[in-house]
Amino acid sequence: MSEEMNTPQEVVTTHEVHHDEHHVHHHKETFITKYIFSQDHKTIGKQFLITGIIWAIIGGLFSVLFRLQLGYPDQHFPILETFFGHWAKGGQIQPEFYYALITMHGTVLVFFVLTAGLSGTFANLLIPLQIGARDMAAPLLNMLSYWFFFMASVVMVSSLFISTGPAAGGWTVYPPLSALGQASEGSKLGMDLWIVSMALFVVSSLLGGLNYISTILNMRTKGMSMTRLPLTIWALFFTAILGVLSFPVLLSGLILLLFDRNLGTSFYLSDIVVNGQVLPNEGGSAILFQHLFWFLGHPEVYIIILPAMGIASEILSVNSRKPIFGYMAMVGSLFAITVLAFLVWAHHMFVTGLNPFLGSIFVLLTLLIAVPSAIKVFNWLTTLWRGNIRFFPSTLFAIGFVSLFISGGLTGIFLGNSTIDIHLHDTMFIVAHFHIVMGVAGMFGMFAGIYHWFPKMFGRYLNSTLGYIHFWVTMIGAYLIFWPMHYEGLAGMPRRYLDKSSWVSFSQFADLDRMITIVSILVFAVQLMFVFNFFYSIFKGRKVTSQNPWGSNTLEWTTPIRPGHGNWEGEIPEVHRWAYDYGKDGREFIPQVEPIGANESTH
Amino acid sequence: MCLDGPALSGIRGRPYNSLFMQTIFIIAILGLGFLITFQIAKASEYVAVLRGEEKARKQSNKVNAFMLLAFLVVGLIGVYYCNERLKGKILGPSASVQGVLIDRMLYITIALTGIVFLITQICLFWFSYKYQESDKRKPYYYPHNNKLEMIWTVIPAIALTVLVGFGLFYWFKITGDAPKDAMIVEVTGKQFGWEFRYPGKDGILGKKYFKYIDPAKNNPLGQIWDDPANHDDVWMEQEMHLVVNRPVKLIIGSKDVIHDVGLAHFRMKMDAVPGTPTTMWFTPRFTTKQMIKKTGNPKFVYELSCDQMCGKGHTGMRGVVVVQTQDEFDAWMMDKKPQYYVANPDKDPYAPKPDSVKTVAAIIK
Ligand code: HEM
Ligand SMILES: [Cu+2]
Ligand SMILES: [Cu+2]
Repeated sequence: MSEEMNTPQEVVTTHEVHHDEHHVHHHKETFITKYIFSQDHKTIGKQFLITGIIWAIIGGLFSVLFRLQLGYPDQHFPILETFFGHWAKGGQIQPEFYYALITMHGTVLVFFVLTAGLSGTFANLLIPLQIGARDMAAPLLNMLSYWFFFMASVVMVSSLFISTGPAAGGWTVYPPLSALGQASEGSKLGMDLWIVSMALFVVSSLLGGLNYISTILNMRTKGMSMTRLPLTIWALFFTAILGVLSFPVLLSGLILLLFDRNLGTSFYLSDIVVNGQVLPNEGGSAILFQHLFWFLGHPEVYIIILPAMGIASEILSVNSRKPIFGYMAMVGSLFAITVLAFLVWAHHMFVTGLNPFLGSIFVLLTLLIAVPSAIKVFNWLTTLWRGNIRFFPSTLFAIGFVSLFISGGLTGIFLGNSTIDIHLHDTMFIVAHFHIVMGVAGMFGMFAGIYHWFPKMFGRYLNSTLGYIHFWVTMIGAYLIFWPMHYEGLAGMPRRYLDKSSWVSFSQFADLDRMITIVSILVFAVQLMFVFNFFYSIFKGRKVTSQNPWGSNTLEWTTPIRPGHGNWEGEIPEVHRWAYDYGKDGREFIPQVEPIGANESTH
Repeated sequence: MCLDGPALSGIRGRPYNSLFMQTIFIIAILGLGFLITFQIAKASEYVAVLRGEEKARKQSNKVNAFMLLAFLVVGLIGVYYCNERLKGKILGPSASVQGVLIDRMLYITIALTGIVFLITQICLFWFSYKYQESDKRKPYYYPHNNKLEMIWTVIPAIALTVLVGFGLFYWFKITGDAPKDAMIVEVTGKQFGWEFRYPGKDGILGKKYFKYIDPAKNNPLGQIWDDPANHDDVWMEQEMHLVVNRPVKLIIGSKDVIHDVGLAHFRMKMDAVPGTPTTMWFTPRFTTKQMIKKTGNPKFVYELSCDQMCGKGHTGMRGVVVVQTQDEFDAWMMDKKPQYYVANPDKDPYAPKPDSVKTVAAIIK
């Protein structure tokens, strides 16, 4: 078997030696072009990943801070005052600080970690490697995509240090709150910076997205028809389409907001008396912003989850040593989700005064989106069924992903039903729902991907004992944190409340909030351990010695262990089959580059 | 800040210090735990390499497979336990007629999704355990099965249709027009509190214009005094009174940013949007006094919570709803003076009586 595999490659290498040397000579790379302003998609992927990890630490730390407040509303933590001064006067998190923290937490995790850090990393790393291309269609734009993200990060970070603090109106930044500096400290300069940062982010995401789409459509190697693409690539493809079509709408919404803030227009403002001051604006619609925001906002949640779905599909199949079940149905459901994702945004707005008839249409479309989601779950389950499963940390995170996606997807069915949503909207139930289905599930997809492709990225392995601890603590912790939170929401406890003790209706969960806080701190500590594992292993991890450590079919494992710019030393291999011939005809796996045998069975 | 620093530590010197020590202590323990974990992890990697990676991997495979099964079992027990612990804390049966429908929809959904949850989670973890790697098993090459895929497209579609059917049936009942005899109350949110207006005897809320808003002139809502419908409208803050078993229609607005009228006990919620009035109606089932008995909590009140992030005082934007019998309500309403007279004392037929001036003063405060 291995002989069969190696022959074509050997031929190729000898054949191409000359070209190869040529290639190397041309690219005398300096430190700067290799690691900083690199146009190599793999390096750009790593840049996205490492920036994402730094953001995740910051965003996670914010959540620990505000969980401290939620778990111990009347405790004093002098250490907070030492670090944050008047924002944590007397060692207690002040309301302005609390709202700044949750806003930054949401923005950072949703956009900078789970969008840029997740699809930025894996689209860059995997698209050329798995479709058989030397790089992206436009490597320069690709590099710019990262640097726009970097600039967005710089602007967002700078907003943390101004005297009025960063944006504090929630990650959804609804006006008029976000439009009026008089209404909140966070709506002063911090909000302008938020808008500027997000505008840069949109540019980054468009540059990236267009590149991903054109690369996938145009640069597949010989034999790699669309229906032979691994599901990771399909998922990243639809993710890019979602982003390209919806981010501009957010941008236009934000530009109007910028006008309302600074130029005296009235797109979102009408009939306002704030702080005793009567504003001149009339005729605007505050709800218009919500339509624009959620036209991105809902697709955005799928921008986060589709790559995770793709990664989980790939890893579950590879490590069950069995084809993904229902490949075409998986692609079809990704497609259905992509289309429907644009048609459900108003389910975030059932109680804004939306016309009830219009609301009912959105109920229908929203619950429709649960069908492709269900198909995917059943297909993952069937993929595991009668497999021969190897539990690497990547496999565990992929299985955890499925479990969380089920749990959180089912609560989506509660919320998509407008009748129930009247009660649950804007309560802790929402927080539980989206953290499970998007937050934690998205992170699990990302972790699965990191454990699986770390050897490709750095030529070394992550320490797997730490990986197992990381998985189990995070998995148990995630359920301990977010499962009981549904009950707070069922009691109607509003989200974004920082102290429930003065309420008769919501003060009965103090013990629970304390437990959640303690678990959150533990889980955060274990993430730090993962970060340590990550950086330590880049330099000191066990070295990868075999080209294809997981016994995987896809093309990235046909490159050298540490591929240079251009990925394959010789010619790009040709593809002869789909990516999922595991366990076929008694063979453990058959790489995509292997021609169809004469006696091979068909399915 | 610098000034109150020493003062604070003077008063709270001990707890401050001990808390600081505690924080350091916790961080130290976490750090130590981490170091030990790391050493073990590193060591086990070396051992694995020495003993043969294949063998070590197979062993950890067994451990993880078992853990997955254990997670399923303990997890399901945990779900049950969590429900036992917390189900008593979710406010009890709905206090409005419409909320009963919402609760029913909720329980139908819990039942249906609960079944799916059990089946899928059990399959997921059971398959993981059962089909863990074994030298004896050959994985089954099973790329697709159109019939199966058809089945699990159609069944969820049917189940969801049922849910949508029920849901929309209730939705239109709840969001349909309020009954004609419904009482009307206007609710206005502001940073950070609630204001209410009752239409008075004519049953009509007078017109208003936001540029007339001027609390200093006793016109907190911007009522247009030329509109006679305004002359009997009563204004008040923070507390809303309703009549049991009588439908009430709330006309909701906001003066500054978006707020949200959240009535958890009634299962009701509607945004308060500046410039765009919204409405919602419901029928309270129990008076506050009945609820005190039902809950056994003498401090029970219906609360109005702001459910839409509105600024730093969001958490404290609390209103109280008092549900009474019609008689109690009428008695309470009787001595309320229309805001028109408060703002224009010269028009007040009963003014200037000493004690009504007092009431006015009280209202202004
Ligand atoms: C079965 C599929 C799903 C349905 C029917 C569904 C339904 C809903 C609905 C109706 C809401 C709005 C609730 C409210 O604010 O009152 C919501 C909120 C949310 N959902 Fe889902 N959802 C589903 C899956 C997902 C997935 C897959 C993700 C992400 C990957 C997600 C992420 C979110 C987020 C982030 C929010 C809250 C946003 C916010 O208000 O801050 N949902 N979901
Ligand atoms: Cu949505
Ligand atoms: Cu509020």
